[in-house]
Amino acid sequence: MASIGTVTAQQMHFAAPLALKSGARLADYTLVYETHGTLNAAKSNAVLVCHALNASHHVAGIDAQTGQTGWWDNLVGPGKPLDTGRFFVIGVNNPGSCFGSTGPMHANPATGQPYGADFPVVTVEDWVDAQARLLDGLGITQLAAVLGGSLGGMQALDWALRYPERLRHCIAVATAPNLSAQNIAFNEVARRAIVTDPEFHGGHYYEHGAIPRRGLRVARMIGHITYLSDDVMGEKFGRQMRAAELGYSTQDIEFEIESYLRYQGDKFSEYFDANTYLLITRALDYFDPALPYGGDLARAFASATAKFLLVSFTTDWRFAPARSREIVQALVRNRHDVSYAEIAAPHGHDAFLLDDPRYHAVMRAYFDNVARDE
Amino acid sequence: MSDRAQMEVIARLVPEGSRVLDLGCGDGALLAHLRDTRGCRGFGVEIDDAQVAACMRRDVKVLQLNLEEGLQLFDDASFDVVLQLETLQHLRNVETMLRETARVGRIGIVSFPNFAHWPNRVRVASGRMPVTKAMPYEWYDTPNIRVGTHADFEVLARKNGLTILDSFGLDAGRVVRRWPNLRAAVAVFKFQRGA
Repeated sequence: MASIGTVTAQQMHFAAPLALKSGARLADYTLVYETHGTLNAAKSNAVLVCHALNASHHVAGIDAQTGQTGWWDNLVGPGKPLDTGRFFVIGVNNPGSCFGSTGPMHANPATGQPYGADFPVVTVEDWVDAQARLLDGLGITQLAAVLGGSLGGMQALDWALRYPERLRHCIAVATAPNLSAQNIAFNEVARRAIVTDPEFHGGHYYEHGAIPRRGLRVARMIGHITYLSDDVMGEKFGRQMRAAELGYSTQDIEFEIESYLRYQGDKFSEYFDANTYLLITRALDYFDPALPYGGDLARAFASATAKFLLVSFTTDWRFAPARSREIVQALVRNRHDVSYAEIAAPHGHDAFLLDDPRYHAVMRAYFDNVARDE
Repeated sequence: MSDRAQMEVIARLVPEGSRVLDLGCGDGALLAHLRDTRGCRGFGVEIDDAQVAACMRRDVKVLQLNLEEGLQLFDDASFDVVLQLETLQHLRNVETMLRETARVGRIGIVSFPNFAHWPNRVRVASGRMPVTKAMPYEWYDTPNIRVGTHADFEVLARKNGLTILDSFGLDAGRVVRRWPNLRAAVAVFKFQRGA
């Protein structure tokens, strides 16, 4: 199917500080975003796409500067399930990230030095507030839909909870109402790997001309294991060896899976920021919309008015189907409109980024309804 | 349910404006019909990927769940009507499912192929398993892992403390009220929990 072609990222600057959930303020910040398709005269066809841990505003098409293809290019484009011929699609990079929007590598206006570890802790709610301000700037009062996967799905849910009048549909894929202890544990291992890297310098490594690459590599390796299913890893790598003979080495690469993980870690450490990794995993940990309601998710969703689509994947053990079903149950209790697809895809958490035909058939059918609902 | 007339008969059992849960809703045709003609709202539950997408294309709210895992997602008496049409015969835990149906819905409506329909009896008497319009499978490839009769269901309903509000048979879309256990290909029951 046709790709969207070349896209150029845009920027919006905000002089007024963003009040954060922690009580801190993010002063004088910039958001990088990209748009696809055309906003109609009624400004009623906008779809916001929220990104997950290691993604950005660059949702689809080829970035004019980097030449990279967007992370959800298989879903978003002309004639694709999220059809840019019909919808005005917005991707926005969240503050604290490392893909252009104000983040820990940028200058703290208070000191003139890079924020580093002093970048305020941001939450899913803060990101959604920042996104809402971007929409104000674009003159969009109500979105046709908010779509996100994984951490992006949490943002989509938060939109429905805190800005009910600003969206008609909430599409949350491979997500959860909060992280389990096991999930927080994986995040903590990743964070410790980064923080204990001698090159981390308490988060102020920019001034030292250093990068905590070793920590980032290990963080990514851990993450990567949890994004794949056991089956897929077994199928892809099994016990394949690098060489015909055992090397009897404890430190050299013996198995192909080791090679793969090291490669993923190396690649990641070249482009991702360590402070961003810490911030984003923390935002994941903190998200818990049921907390103010004594853990009662149904009460949390009582005020939502959007229609919902939840999608999960049977082999996703990081954001398991049972977690999506909790959300479905909360919505059903409130008699909200909800549809739920549980796709028997083999790829684990990564499945939400792949173009499984069953998954995309569901997304296409749902977006057809969103279009009719304008 | 593919048969239009049969669908209309079932639809008439559902009070207007009901909140409906359709277990094993297929492509969502009945729910769309109930929505469009009787102002009903609610959900379908379906396990098959293609059917789930088909429901969405009709803008029928559908939840992709395995009925064998029960109905924990749904609260007691949270639906006016729970439909279970041509689904029961595919389930391992028929009795659990029946109790769950009565728990979640104020009214339950169930339909399934009536094994005691006279052509089936003739076929079995001749020594072979029946292959009919209502049960178009060979014994070795049938998804109908539970075969029961109109009369059998009355016994099961009684055993589970259900009150039968209405029951009849269907044959080629026609309602059969006289000797349904003999004369109907499909058995239909409308029931509620308790006396």
